[in-house]
Amino acid sequence: MKLTLKVWRQKNSKAKGALESYQVEASEHMSFLEMMDVLNEQLIVEKKSPITFDHDCREGICGSCSMTINGSPHGPQTGTTTCQLHMRKFKDGDTIVVEPWRSGAFPVVRDLTVDRSAFDRVIQSGGFISVNTGQAPDGNAIPIEKDLASNAFDAAACIGCGACVAACPNGSAMLFTAAKVSHLNQLPQGEVEKTKRTASMVAQMDKEGFGMCSNVGACEAECPKEISIEHIARMNRDYVASIFGGK
Amino acid sequence: MNLDSKIPVGALGDKWTDYKATMSLVAPNNKRRLDVIVIGTGLAGASAAATMGELGYNVKTFTFHDSPRRAHSIAAQGGINAAKNYQNDGDSVYRLFYDTIKGGDYRSRESNVHRLAEVSTDIIDQCVAQGVPFAREYGGLLENRSFGGVQVSRTFYARGQTGQQLLIGAYSALSRQISTGKVKMYNRHEMMDLVMVDGKARGIIARNLLTGELERHSAHCVVLATGGYGNVFYLSTNAMGSNVTAAWRAVKKGALMANPCFTQIHPTCIPVSGDYQSKLTLMSESLRNDGRVWVPKKKEDAAAIREGKKTALDIAEEGRDYYLERRYPAFGNLVPRDVASRAAKVACDEGNGVAPTGLAVYLDFESAIQRYGKSAAHSQGLDESDQVLVKKLGKEVIAEKYGNLFQMYEKISGENPYKFPMKIYPAVHYTMGGLWVDYNLQTNVEGLFALGECNFSDHGANRLGASALMQGLADGYFVIPYTIGTFLSKEIRTPQIANDTPEFMKAEKETADRINTLANSNGSQSVESFHRRLGKIMWEYCGMSRNADGLIKGRQMIRELREEFYKDVYVPGDADEYNPELEKALRVADFMEHGELMILDALDREESCGGHFREEYVTEDGEAKRNDADFTYVSAWEWDDNDPKLHKEELVFDNVELKTRSYK
Repeated sequence: MKLTLKVWRQKNSKAKGALESYQVEASEHMSFLEMMDVLNEQLIVEKKSPITFDHDCREGICGSCSMTINGSPHGPQTGTTTCQLHMRKFKDGDTIVVEPWRSGAFPVVRDLTVDRSAFDRVIQSGGFISVNTGQAPDGNAIPIEKDLASNAFDAAACIGCGACVAACPNGSAMLFTAAKVSHLNQLPQGEVEKTKRTASMVAQMDKEGFGMCSNVGACEAECPKEISIEHIARMNRDYVASIFGGK
Repeated sequence: MNLDSKIPVGALGDKWTDYKATMSLVAPNNKRRLDVIVIGTGLAGASAAATMGELGYNVKTFTFHDSPRRAHSIAAQGGINAAKNYQNDGDSVYRLFYDTIKGGDYRSRESNVHRLAEVSTDIIDQCVAQGVPFAREYGGLLENRSFGGVQVSRTFYARGQTGQQLLIGAYSALSRQISTGKVKMYNRHEMMDLVMVDGKARGIIARNLLTGELERHSAHCVVLATGGYGNVFYLSTNAMGSNVTAAWRAVKKGALMANPCFTQIHPTCIPVSGDYQSKLTLMSESLRNDGRVWVPKKKEDAAAIREGKKTALDIAEEGRDYYLERRYPAFGNLVPRDVASRAAKVACDEGNGVAPTGLAVYLDFESAIQRYGKSAAHSQGLDESDQVLVKKLGKEVIAEKYGNLFQMYEKISGENPYKFPMKIYPAVHYTMGGLWVDYNLQTNVEGLFALGECNFSDHGANRLGASALMQGLADGYFVIPYTIGTFLSKEIRTPQIANDTPEFMKAEKETADRINTLANSNGSQSVESFHRRLGKIMWEYCGMSRNADGLIKGRQMIRELREEFYKDVYVPGDADEYNPELEKALRVADFMEHGELMILDALDREESCGGHFREEYVTEDGEAKRNDADFTYVSAWEWDDNDPKLHKEELVFDNVELKTRSYK
């Protein structure tokens, strides 16, 4: 299949970027990133500068890849990261627009690569259970209801890619933050620090410059791990409790 | 060189306990004055950095990723072993120890492996306390499943994303230490060289990948947790960035590389489909709990499938060769990885492979769907003879157990695995070899430690499934925090190490020269094309089966390729900017030297054991033929550009009798 790609090129975080057009020949069995590899290989042969993009595991789990494809973070297929998106989802002759995540809190590093360190700082502000190595009781000491464990897992499945922020018209990181809050606050192990964790992570999220949530729901729709906005509701409840001291 | 493994005296089961009780400690007031550098933030690195931070050491941690949460441990699917015996099926620390020694084909150290089995139970407790959402039974207790090479169910798991959940646990512990200031985190920094001062590892030269700037970082000791070197084969299940550079730089400074030829080829990966591919995808070994491996009995059927004239569904039961069940009735589809991989290769080499390339076998869930479906119908009081209902219920059970894996398979292959059996083929997955370490996980270089896949210590010639996560976390949470004290307790009077001494300046200069050589190379071929060719050589001559002629030829080819690389590689961009192609070029350069060492090691080891299969050394029925009389040693290589030197650590087995590994 023959494709026209319009790719965002930006030399560094201070430079002004622009879309540039490329022609590339792809096979429908390729993943989107393999198609990008082919294009880069072509650019290198022509001694032009290849397009930078974050990627690593290419199995949809490390959360590195981050492209907005035709306006959708991770492209048109639901529940799928860019690395797992395959060219059979496109048609011969298509024009595809590829941009980096667009959000003030994720400055562009170069081309399609952005800086997502704000997410790390949100986790550092409370996305953990304070237990030192060696302090743990036996793993079976606290039985946890199967459905509860499964619910916590659904939240913990977040890969920290940032698609939720890129999808949100407000650039809000509510889904990311709520996923961690909900994962830990639901579990009996995380109960002790619930109030402090919620207040502290929300404060850090605001400090990083992420926007507010206005219940658009685009985050849930674009999340490659299909994390539900129910977790945001849970975080809001725990946040209110952290202010008014309720449970 | 005297390779002292420093194995403590005493009975096998008491060694670790006694050693811990009597080893030198560093008092809290002194820990505050000691600096530790940790490279890598996978399971081993993150857990080590977090735990040493908790203990009070000043830790600096480095990763080339944009966040510590992205390390490739995250992609481990199946599970983590622990000798909890929660299933009451006869498991014990000794049995886990024994299975690991046997699974490793008697090429690992008894004392290290026993310690691993001992601390395995603490790992599960620690992870549960951190909030890792392991799979649970309806009663709320932890669930287990079985993996290859064992006859008990000791594998804990979190759907098909166990590595992710364990890494997020370690990352959260690390994040907590970063927030307290005990760990300083350097993202997008790659270790370019090890700095030695007076014979001790005292720091590193790191490259800030965003600016290209070189930085000198000093510490009292350096811990490498930088994973394996599977990407030397170009195509592997490793992440794109996984590389040997940090370990290889240590080798260039005198550290020994142990058993480099022991690589694990995983039997269940999605087959190669085109030459644009740069990465292969694993399908978890847990699938072999319920999947049956087969190829058509008749070559004509296999050929018809390859040409697209037939599908798997056209082959009747009697036309199928369930070759693992046939050849290995005791373990069936759950034989260890090396055995399963070779059997797949044999089936395909004989002409019974099923993909257009001829390089694939089936992994079929129909029996499991039937079994689970009938059982579900029975327990719900429904009609067990209703085929449509049974299939529907059976598929639901399979979806609950392996849903995300089935989904991933469908996305990549475009085929529905609930309807057609999966097509799988072996691919490079893990490297048992790595830096030589003693019982303290210290390399032969004083003050340099290696953890996780980066070292050679626990898996011998073949790793059992769900044991990599176990070893990574064992080393990081429960071994290094103790054993590092054996070195640091002697350093309490050493002031902070300066980073502007001649040793640091020299290392920085050498690194800059090395980088500039590649950054300024203006040849005509891409880095990727060299890496691809290197991978082909390695796979052809040092892959699933090896022979002396091929290895000699392979070595020659690699040397020629290396020469061509420095003459004709083209690296776009500059050294003082964000330049992923330059990063890749530096890594490929190191892979070329390391690949040569792997070949030399494979050539030296004139026996077949575990993942190392030499065609010259086989039994009459085609199984691997080990040679205990001559090769019961760890090979530890000292690098030299022309003539690397082999040192041997003899392996002593006081507790386990060396037997021919049989899974029949």
